[in-house]
Amino acid sequence: MGAITQIIKEKFPDVVVGAHEQHGDETVTIKKERVLEVMHFLRDDERTAFNFLMDLTAVDYFGKTPRFEVVYHLYSLGKNHRVRIKAQVAEDDCSINSLVPIWIGADWYEREVWDLYGIAFKGHPNMKRLLLYEEFVGHPLRKDYPIDKRQPLIGPEN
Amino acid sequence: MEERGSGMGIEIEEKTLPSGLADNIILTQVDKFIGWSRKYSLFSYPFITACCGMEFMSVAGPRYDIDRFGAALPRFSPRQADLLMVVGTISHKQAPILNKIYNQMAEPKWVFSYGACVCSGGMYNNYSTVQGIDTIIPVDIYVPGCPPRPEMVFDGLMKLQKMIQEERWAKWPRGRSQYEPHAKGKGK
Repeated sequence: MGAITQIIKEKFPDVVVGAHEQHGDETVTIKKERVLEVMHFLRDDERTAFNFLMDLTAVDYFGKTPRFEVVYHLYSLGKNHRVRIKAQVAEDDCSINSLVPIWIGADWYEREVWDLYGIAFKGHPNMKRLLLYEEFVGHPLRKDYPIDKRQPLIGPEN
Repeated sequence: MEERGSGMGIEIEEKTLPSGLADNIILTQVDKFIGWSRKYSLFSYPFITACCGMEFMSVAGPRYDIDRFGAALPRFSPRQADLLMVVGTISHKQAPILNKIYNQMAEPKWVFSYGACVCSGGMYNNYSTVQGIDTIIPVDIYVPGCPPRPEMVFDGLMKLQKMIQEERWAKWPRGRSQYEPHAKGKGK
């Protein structure tokens, strides 16, 4: 078990759902209800000091329950180490807490995930589409979005 | 002037004119003269959205130098431009903007489709990409390639110039694009 996984497990024994390590890169899966708490700790604890949210994205495991997984990539500029945090999100309660209060850079990442996957971020200051237009119906990176469905603003539905 | 103009003029028999006058008069047809002057004074509007723009810079820069063909001066107002250079992928979100720019240009106007994405959608056949701008506005010349080499662009430009030279007045005005902006969407 990696050092960071160890720290998270010690601090939040009932939050960690799973963990693995590959080529020295640690991944920890946590319960989505506690994501704010865990992230706050990871940013502020001096052993971890993750002051940089490198990436925030989602994965659609269509056909499995829970269906979605939100993936966070954290990096510490001071410690030069990184960790991947995952949180599973069910389709019938398709939301998770926003990380904007912790890392302001989460703003557009979360809007992008909302736009393309339809996962809502609770507490986000401006939860609307980032890339697509407001008239667009649905979330195109969901695996059940029809691959040939087109919604042009003008022009034919080629 | 002599060489360029040779295609448009009508030969004058010198002996029928007073001495010296033959050097000062060119007889031609209005269509030909206007076509000739239009093709060497294309003011382009660069509608650049993606990576093709890098290659367009090369076309416009000193090494390949589109100025040699009389099409160098970019006008960043569509009102003053007569060649719409569409360079780079056009998304569905961008399509109403392109349509609006086209309608804002004064006639006569020509549309240059620069790169595979603009011609056909290129490698993007998905929810976000227009499958060729000719589904929205009329296109005069298609130059595919990902991106096209400057030589291809010049070849296309010269073909367009040939077309402009041969145009008749009856072709204009071509009218507005068939789509009004936000015809389908609710608009913002």
